[in-house]
Amino acid sequence: MFDFISDYDDPTLLGAFWVTVQLTVFSAIGSLIWGTLLAAMRVSPVPLMRGFGTAYVNIVRNIPLTVIVVFSSLGLADIFGVTMGAPDDFELQGFRLAVISLVAYTAAFVCEALRSGINTVPVGQAEAARAIGLSFSQVLRLIVLPQAFRSVIGPLANVLIALTKNTTVAATIGVAEAALLMKEMIENEAQTVLIGAVFAFGFVVLTLPTGLILGWLSKRLAVKR
Amino acid sequence: MKLRKVTAAAAAALVLSITATACGGDGDKDNNGGSGSGGGDKIKIGIKYDQPGLGLKEPDGSFSGFDVDVATYVAKELGYEPDQIEWVETKSADRENALSRGDVKFIAATYSITDERKEKVDFAGPYLLAHQDLLVKKDSDIKEGTDLNGKKLCSVTGSTSAQNVKDTIAPKAQLKQVGTYSECLAALQSGAVDALTTDDSILAGFAAQKQYQGQFKLAGLKLSNENYGIGVKKGDTETVNKINDALEKMVSDKAWDKAVQENFGPADYKNEPAPKIGNIVK
Amino acid sequence: MTSVLYDAPGPRAKRRNIIFSVVFFTLLALLLWWVYTVMDDKGQLEWALWKPFTQSEAWTTYLLPGLADTLKAAGLAMVIALPLGAFFGISRLSDHVWVRIPAGAVIEFFRAIPVLLLMLFANEFYSRYTDVSSEDRPLYAVVTGLVLYNASVLAEIVRAGILSLPKGQTEAAHAIGLRKGQTMTNILLPQAVTAMLPAIVTQLVVIVKDTALGGVMIGFTELLNTRGTLAANYANVIPSFIVVAIIYIIVNFILTSFAGWLEQRLRRSKRSTGAVLGKDDVEEMNAAEVGGSYGTGAGGSI
Repeated sequence: MFDFISDYDDPTLLGAFWVTVQLTVFSAIGSLIWGTLLAAMRVSPVPLMRGFGTAYVNIVRNIPLTVIVVFSSLGLADIFGVTMGAPDDFELQGFRLAVISLVAYTAAFVCEALRSGINTVPVGQAEAARAIGLSFSQVLRLIVLPQAFRSVIGPLANVLIALTKNTTVAATIGVAEAALLMKEMIENEAQTVLIGAVFAFGFVVLTLPTGLILGWLSKRLAVKR
Repeated sequence: MKLRKVTAAAAAALVLSITATACGGDGDKDNNGGSGSGGGDKIKIGIKYDQPGLGLKEPDGSFSGFDVDVATYVAKELGYEPDQIEWVETKSADRENALSRGDVKFIAATYSITDERKEKVDFAGPYLLAHQDLLVKKDSDIKEGTDLNGKKLCSVTGSTSAQNVKDTIAPKAQLKQVGTYSECLAALQSGAVDALTTDDSILAGFAAQKQYQGQFKLAGLKLSNENYGIGVKKGDTETVNKINDALEKMVSDKAWDKAVQENFGPADYKNEPAPKIGNIVK
Repeated sequence: MTSVLYDAPGPRAKRRNIIFSVVFFTLLALLLWWVYTVMDDKGQLEWALWKPFTQSEAWTTYLLPGLADTLKAAGLAMVIALPLGAFFGISRLSDHVWVRIPAGAVIEFFRAIPVLLLMLFANEFYSRYTDVSSEDRPLYAVVTGLVLYNASVLAEIVRAGILSLPKGQTEAAHAIGLRKGQTMTNILLPQAVTAMLPAIVTQLVVIVKDTALGGVMIGFTELLNTRGTLAANYANVIPSFIVVAIIYIIVNFILTSFAGWLEQRLRRSKRSTGAVLGKDDVEEMNAAEVGGSYGTGAGGSI
């Protein structure tokens, strides 16, 4: 019944899901960094940075991820010549382009989650920090962000799960991840429903533990007030 | 009271906008759903929408290209005036399905006759003999298929021609797959890829577009033979025969030459002479 | 809240802020300059590539029909998903375990699966087992995928909307002798729908964005797809992308602003219970566009 799975070796079923995991992990790290920077810009005392942060978030959140991913291949790589250090290897290039697209998109949501976390830190904390003479970056680094991060683990877990699912959009530029393999299998094999179930199961396996573990973590680490 | 009004207004606006779009959809359907295929006073023909020179949706909403001209001629022989034709976009992957389901009467969409496809649909024709070829920049040094080793090649997702090159001619070529050929052309123009492969007829159509004129050339390799046929529902021999008669007449009254001249003339494309009906070049 | 993080700048801080501004401005300007030179270099700024967008034909033949299909799919998906979502959301609040658990399982299942997978599956399913014509199939597949996913998100919105109402509402309803079903239909749902309106409009943005997937992967002729046909004609890849991105931004910005306006109106109004599900609550439920199944029933998830 599951014979069809072994017919595919480039990539294999597990290989394709492994690419999905890699896309998720690299993009998650990237978007956490870029998202934090954006959040810092959005609350910074420099008006120009605030403006940039706000504009970035509002623009990126209103564009479909698909447009960003497809543009990274057709526009960024083909016309702007941004080949991500792999001008002669389209497979690697596609993977890296997908990662930066996912980072550019997901960071906007990380930024917003963090900002809402910053809002939950009581005013007194920041005021006390300023009273003992800490600068803006010290207030942010030592007092506010550590508390903000802990209070937004829940929302960030949602972003991570969404990111896991969003990696499927990389299929639009031919990255050999799970959705692309499913498309190929489902078009060539007769067991439509079975194939759908196998891939659905794969994603449930990927996303459910993330939600449970991070949900538990967010309760454990929540700042008790 | 005020809240009620706001909510009601908002809800009404939402519902209205949504039903408006939904109704719009239904309206569309009534326009093209009723006629069915073949019956009634309309005929549905499947073509490509995005291939200049063969089947292209023009900015004014009309359609142009060699496939379109052939289909129009055939439809006329079947008793349909041009204004009775309803064009339907049939993407490569959808062609067999659209025929077997009866969504279209016939398909003229760079449809190569192959044994595999003949199991699912019947073919009239062929009406054009094309070859797989390469499109390269004017100053490119790619002259043979083997020159492609280590070079970057572009084609559309799911196309057999790219796989053909990689499997048999130049295994070391890097393959980039995109959604449509026009995207390959942009990549070729900017130097992101070295060559674009598919049928020479399609390549000629793109090279002749006025934005690209004089920038590219065909390598002239004849990597394969593509016999373009008109796809018809399996078992509909009557239509196949009628279309074959129409195609013969088109060649004999020189309309075929005229269509070739009009569509491929500017591209400097050396077309093969009109193929004989049923003569499939392997 | 921003001002809490820093003092009103003194002379030194002012100077430092100016330096930061200048450095940041220079970086931004360099980036823009690079974009400009590359586009100029590659001939992407030529007027011939942009001119089509100033003429009506490019709009009436390609972009507007594409946008109409985008909105049609989004509208249909929302209209179908709403009642489905309400059904599952209310079921998940049921007092009976054998209703609550299956409803919860269905909701969590469809929230865990990428929309693209649902669309690909629906597309193939319709192609093999139904006689939907190949013209209509992409629309059907896109709407099906969107409905399955968004009904489960809307179910959570409905549930959160009902839970957001003050407890007194249910208690008062029971006190005057209403049964459970009556309490739901006469008291809770009408108020919950009001509270949910902004969240529903926000969800529409997610739906609009997801239609683009169908355009690339299953050939649905929405905006991003017709952009391809347009670019085949005018050979303007970059300009067409920019124009299409702007259209998406405008449409979604209008929807987002409308949701924000609704939310404010509802919060300010005196007659409501003050329960509102705003834009930000939706993000909790499907952060970053395609939602998450934040642990089945794990604490804190609404």
